[in-house]
Amino acid sequence: MLELKNVTKIFNPNTVNEKLALDRLSLTLEDGDFVTVIGGNGAGKSTMLNAIAGTYPIDGGKIFINGREISKLPEHKRAKFIGRVFQDPMTGTAADMWIEENMSLAMNRGKRRGLGWAITDADRQLYKELLQRLDLGLEDRLSTKVGLLSGGQRQAITLLMASMNNPELLLLDEHTAALDPKTAAKVLSITREIIEESKLTTLMITHNMQDAINNGNRLIMMNAGTIILDVRGEEKKKLTVEKLLETFHKISGSSFANDRALLS
Amino acid sequence: MDLLNALPGAVAQGFIWGIMAIGVYITYKILDLADLTVDGSMVTGMAVCAMLMVNGWNVWPAMLIALLAGMLCGLLTGIFHTFMGIPAILSGILTQLILWSVNLKIMGKANQALPARSYDVLIRQLDKYHALVILALFCVVIIALLYWFFGTKFGAAVRATGCNEKMARAQGINTSFNKVFGLALSNGIVALAGALLAQYSGKADINDGRGAIVIGLAAVIIGDALISRLPQNFVVRLTGVILGGVIYYIVYQTVIFIGLDTDLLKMLSALVVAIFLAIPHFKKTYFSKRTRKEDADHA
Repeated sequence: MLELKNVTKIFNPNTVNEKLALDRLSLTLEDGDFVTVIGGNGAGKSTMLNAIAGTYPIDGGKIFINGREISKLPEHKRAKFIGRVFQDPMTGTAADMWIEENMSLAMNRGKRRGLGWAITDADRQLYKELLQRLDLGLEDRLSTKVGLLSGGQRQAITLLMASMNNPELLLLDEHTAALDPKTAAKVLSITREIIEESKLTTLMITHNMQDAINNGNRLIMMNAGTIILDVRGEEKKKLTVEKLLETFHKISGSSFANDRALLS
Repeated sequence: MDLLNALPGAVAQGFIWGIMAIGVYITYKILDLADLTVDGSMVTGMAVCAMLMVNGWNVWPAMLIALLAGMLCGLLTGIFHTFMGIPAILSGILTQLILWSVNLKIMGKANQALPARSYDVLIRQLDKYHALVILALFCVVIIALLYWFFGTKFGAAVRATGCNEKMARAQGINTSFNKVFGLALSNGIVALAGALLAQYSGKADINDGRGAIVIGLAAVIIGDALISRLPQNFVVRLTGVILGGVIYYIVYQTVIFIGLDTDLLKMLSALVVAIFLAIPHFKKTYFSKRTRKEDADHA
């Protein structure tokens, strides 16, 4: 369970560029919730994910994962509970290291990294099986540098890595936005499989409103650092892109043409 | 004939600077940090080893203490960089300046003689072939230890820190700690090279570390070029760095033999390194058009 209580984040405080990025944001995710997040640029979607992951400290409020307060922990300690996939396929993996080395780094997330060999034959077998499920032919390329792979392949591997050891929370920050439509669809379907299989509690930001409607059991829309719409279950299934745009227009009050540019 | 006679000496010096360059490799290539501490920690290694041996210490503990002193130098730079948030290159310069004073205080003067006839040193200029064997063994042991270390979970995390810091933190790696550790490890190796150099040359001098970073970088760059067509693994790369140091010193001796003004050597070294460091930039600038066209063809 993830709980955000009155989380506030202000960028560049006390300057002319001061921006209230998160405005007393509260959100509770039940175990197994798969929540899609939409909203215009600057709505605070990525800021929310980064605040949870600990990329930067928050200026107010508290964040809990399964009852433990994590808002004071440094980023690398929160990683024990959190798997992440970023928008840029280059960010989630170490380009100069092999596929198996990258996977071993993820395998040891949240564990003490001692002086035992990073990769054993048993590990290799496990990585092969995991990669096989991606159906991208990567299982025979364990000692290929990740930097030589395509963006889609790298995102798929990052997904596998993020979901290793069943994290208590999976954070996906527009992880298909940088991919071509076909690859994006493939990565999204892998995402769905992994989340469903391990019943991972997930927050997924997307720019694609149809994806936001089609995936997950709950949808939230953000604007100006707060949640302006929270739809779940049956109600979510009835959503359409047009309805979402209408709602956005009604609640945020900004012009429709702009909304489409910002949201779709 | 003189040049041939000078060859074993050049190779021995090359081995010592090759070991030093492995320290540079750890920061420059693995951690992706430009660490200028080495100009100071090299001399710290020389000074500590020389002073301990002059005061009756056995060579092995003297070298161990020199190595630990070097690690402390790296630790200081690491604290400047991570805890105090100072850019790595500045942190190294600050430590380097601190070490200038510290090294003077260690020796109590600007230089300290360590004559091989008076002390039981491991390697000496008078017995070059013996020195070569010992130094080659040092290289083998250091490469083996580093190969092991960077294959462990901790070592892999250090490599990830240098390769992609954001990813490393997302995988729960304490990148600040790893940077401090890497800087300490690097400078420990540099100081060990310093301890060997003090024994080989029979002295420690406050000026001996000047431009060490440039020699180290030169060895790393030459090493890279040497192994570019070989199958890449860690042992090959580190061996390349050692050979890079050896080639640097052979060229150095040759240039002296030809009769070039030795005052110009540092300038020439720096210019050669500058040219090699510029190659990736030149490649990007002047070959970019062709690359773009190729990309378009693939798309």
